[in-house]
Amino acid sequence: MYSNKVLDHGTKAQESATQVTLQIDGSNVTVPAGTSLMRAAVDKGVKIPKLCATDSLDAFGSCRLCIVEVEGRRGFPASCTTPCENGMKVKTQSKKLAELRRGVMELYISDHPLDCLTCPANGNCELQDMAGVTGLREVRYGYDGENHLTGEKDTSNPYFTFDATKCIVCSRCVRACEEIQGTFALTVQGRGFDSKIAPGPTDFMSSECVSCGACVQACPTATLMEKSIYDQGQPDHAVVTTCAYCGVGCAFRAEMKGNEVVRMVPHKDGKANHGHSCVKGRFAFGYATHKDRLKTPMIRRKITDPWQEVSWEEAFAYAASEIQRIQKQYGRTSVGGITSSRCTNEETFLVQKLVRAAFGNNNVDTCARVCHSPTGYGLKQTLGESAGTQDFDSVDHTDCIIVIGANPTDGHPVFASRMKRRLRGRPGTEGAGLIVIDPRRIDLVRTPHVEAEFHLQLKPGANVAVLNALAHVIVTEGLAKEDYIAQRCDVGEYAKWRTFIALPKNSPEALENDTGVPAAQIRGAARLFASAPNGAIYYGLGVTEHSQGSTTVMAIANLAMVTGNIGRTGVGVNPLRGQNNVQGSCDMGSFPHELPGYRHVSDASTRALFQAAWGRPIDSEPGLRIPNMFDAAVDGSFKALYVQGEDIAQSDPDTQHVQKALEALECLIVQDIFLNETAKYAHVLLPGSSFLEKDGTFTNAERRISPVRKVMPPLAGLADWEVTVAFAAALGYQMPYSHPSEIMDEIARLTPTFTGVSYAKLDKLGSIQWPCNAGAPDGTPVMHENEFVRGKGRFFITEFLATEERTSRKFPLILTTGRILSQYNVGAQTRRTENKVWHDQDVLEIHPHDAELRGIKHGELVALHSRKGDTALRAVVTERMQPGVVYTTFHHPESGVNVVTTENSDWATNCPEYKVTAVQVTAHAKKSEWQKDYESFSSSQEGFLPGTATRGETN
Amino acid sequence: MDGTKLVHMANQIAAFFAAEPDRNVAIEGVATHLKRFWEPRMRREILAMVDSGQVKGMHELVLAALQGHRQNLQPAP
Repeated sequence: MYSNKVLDHGTKAQESATQVTLQIDGSNVTVPAGTSLMRAAVDKGVKIPKLCATDSLDAFGSCRLCIVEVEGRRGFPASCTTPCENGMKVKTQSKKLAELRRGVMELYISDHPLDCLTCPANGNCELQDMAGVTGLREVRYGYDGENHLTGEKDTSNPYFTFDATKCIVCSRCVRACEEIQGTFALTVQGRGFDSKIAPGPTDFMSSECVSCGACVQACPTATLMEKSIYDQGQPDHAVVTTCAYCGVGCAFRAEMKGNEVVRMVPHKDGKANHGHSCVKGRFAFGYATHKDRLKTPMIRRKITDPWQEVSWEEAFAYAASEIQRIQKQYGRTSVGGITSSRCTNEETFLVQKLVRAAFGNNNVDTCARVCHSPTGYGLKQTLGESAGTQDFDSVDHTDCIIVIGANPTDGHPVFASRMKRRLRGRPGTEGAGLIVIDPRRIDLVRTPHVEAEFHLQLKPGANVAVLNALAHVIVTEGLAKEDYIAQRCDVGEYAKWRTFIALPKNSPEALENDTGVPAAQIRGAARLFASAPNGAIYYGLGVTEHSQGSTTVMAIANLAMVTGNIGRTGVGVNPLRGQNNVQGSCDMGSFPHELPGYRHVSDASTRALFQAAWGRPIDSEPGLRIPNMFDAAVDGSFKALYVQGEDIAQSDPDTQHVQKALEALECLIVQDIFLNETAKYAHVLLPGSSFLEKDGTFTNAERRISPVRKVMPPLAGLADWEVTVAFAAALGYQMPYSHPSEIMDEIARLTPTFTGVSYAKLDKLGSIQWPCNAGAPDGTPVMHENEFVRGKGRFFITEFLATEERTSRKFPLILTTGRILSQYNVGAQTRRTENKVWHDQDVLEIHPHDAELRGIKHGELVALHSRKGDTALRAVVTERMQPGVVYTTFHHPESGVNVVTTENSDWATNCPEYKVTAVQVTAHAKKSEWQKDYESFSSSQEGFLPGTATRGETN
Repeated sequence: MDGTKLVHMANQIAAFFAAEPDRNVAIEGVATHLKRFWEPRMRREILAMVDSGQVKGMHELVLAALQGHRQNLQPAP
């Protein structure tokens, strides 16, 4: 449950244009119509006893503790389910009410273990509080009657326990699982006295439960309780900060004892998550104090040498001297840097500043290169800004949702819950329509109380064909919003595009062979989307990580514009960003062609602004992108790289080429919290700091800048921003900041979309969606409202071009890769938590037909071959896959999934084509040669660490 | 830099702009993209390929862009 220091209003806030005024305990109170008596009372500072009510859930009215008296009415209505009406006179306290409430409590306590002093909820238990509030002094029934005190404790989940003996069957957990998370894993089994909460006919771990923690949050007793509270006791203080996992950017209360995090609790006022969480953000924070954390800087001459521990000063001096030596020998552009989407805005800003001002070139890139760079390009071209158009709340007002190339229930679970709520609808309100465009039958296609009207199960690589076919139907069937287009878009470009898209070659029938989707389904989906009052498109890496990634983003923008679905609440183009700060790292000028705020380096006036602020010339030519850096390294013209918080050796495609490039570098400087795969090729190791150890900001997928707050000192002594500042100083370039707020002040001075952002304003508002400037002092939830950022929206012709990666007799299957709920990106963090119990290895999903043809059995080790390399994984035979397509994840380095992926990339941005690799799968495999080599290399590199001296305490 | 790879990348860019009905606009699209997104050593390399006649397999729009916009695409020494 929430800490009892957090105010619970009992029921949800209501929005209404109508206000009602009533009297509560003799005082007038005015609230929006629909507000419950309980919430109105809390607003007035009057707390009514309650147990089954909490303000994250719909009112239920079962515990009978919140009863009140209403003048002129019979009985004792429950204040949680009774709406306020004008002129009501309500009494929350009377002798009779006290008597009745005590009676209710007496019944609860007669069947509750009286072990408060040793109970983990002691001091933070709503039942305990209510016993006190109602003045319970005795239980007349005694404790010997039939009871539930012998129930078993379910400890199967690694993070929380379910102790049935303490359960009062208020059903808050069941309702939280349904209303908030939308998984429907919990139920009330039995009736009357036999009623009990159960995760189906099994334990929690074997159930449908996804460990989001919503039930734990909702529980008013110790029934559902974090194991960390059992171990460490109740926290004594809390700091509000932002999750460092996915692009949803949930706000959390880090609840602490001293410098130790006891638990992470989703922050009720967090505008991205509204008090919800997932298994990663809620529970998987133990990596921050894992024994593998690097705590001491290290250097070495060659990667075959053992590491040598040095002081920070020695490490900076060595790194700087190497950069200077290499630039002197090979030229100014022979070095570069990579910023991290796992680091803060301030830190990424500093790394690109260091590269541009101290290295003197634009060879800076970020991991968005391998995920959402096509979003940046495609949306800038069509709409004028490299960002999503909406806030998350917008989904509540959507009538039809397209999800293309995204698996939100795994990749963006907290937003997925929000989306599912809209898809389910509410009593009296129809849910939104759903069109899923994905080669796999993702969970969203059919999940409790949600079923997609259309699942366009296309062939991998056919996104553009499907989007063109949808647009073709809309245009040729007269469904285009011509008025909107005439007013908002470049009509000349629209006319060109309209002619193109109406060509018979773009019809669903003509493209059926390419898409693999029956034409009738595409026609039906197009009609559904175009006829919805508000249509919204949500997409992920299944859109961008293709050779036509940028084209697909432009086709999505075309589809949104042709249906008039940009510029208001409930619509829009919504890229679901992978990592926590992908949006921010792009905003901060991490791309080699753009300064902060997406301004091209060739723009003289922008360069002049930065040159004046930074005191160094800015190169007017674009720098190398990450794949170009690898090619240049292999070629011999790129010799040194500074990588902050990324693991390119594991995450980037064509691993063997990446390894060759890293081996060719004369100086690789890695700043990370662990010895990641890239660090095994490094010459300088600079220990990084986790999100708990520094101040800063992250920007999520909805452009929301949220505060990251230091709750414990950096384990290695320096926060990441301090490391970059000191490294720059060693290079002779001073960046004298005393706090990250000063870095944000500089960002605001130099970036038109950030001019109104400051730490003071973030403290005041909680979070801010950019643009935040004179025109929008409190930020911008919805973009392009009156006009597009580029003026008129621009349609682009998006010719479908099949990928060059084709199946053949040798490689007859298509491999597509992705992510899983419990693990995050390269897994460096989540593999070092209990989340590994859900996914301790990457597996290969294969359709039963393909498995049978090859004699592959479920769970068997199978070989995965492509033209780039081989690896071996365990097979999972599943009908989630369509025949001809296999799927895996890349969370474990030893899986070597990227040994198999190719060098193919998006035409505009070089974003790798992770989603389409022609492969063969064979049965009865052994580890591949690469895997054997990896084991040997990795083991020797781990052996080069100077033992326990560099390690933290075991967690 | 690997010239074959550069030509492949440039050809992909050309394939996108080839859908543009006005050929001059398409050529300019290719040239602008190369100028705005390709690091000088990449442009230098592919221009050198044109100079030495290594244009086999090069999309005609790429060749036209490199030849027609040479001055703009040639990085400073």
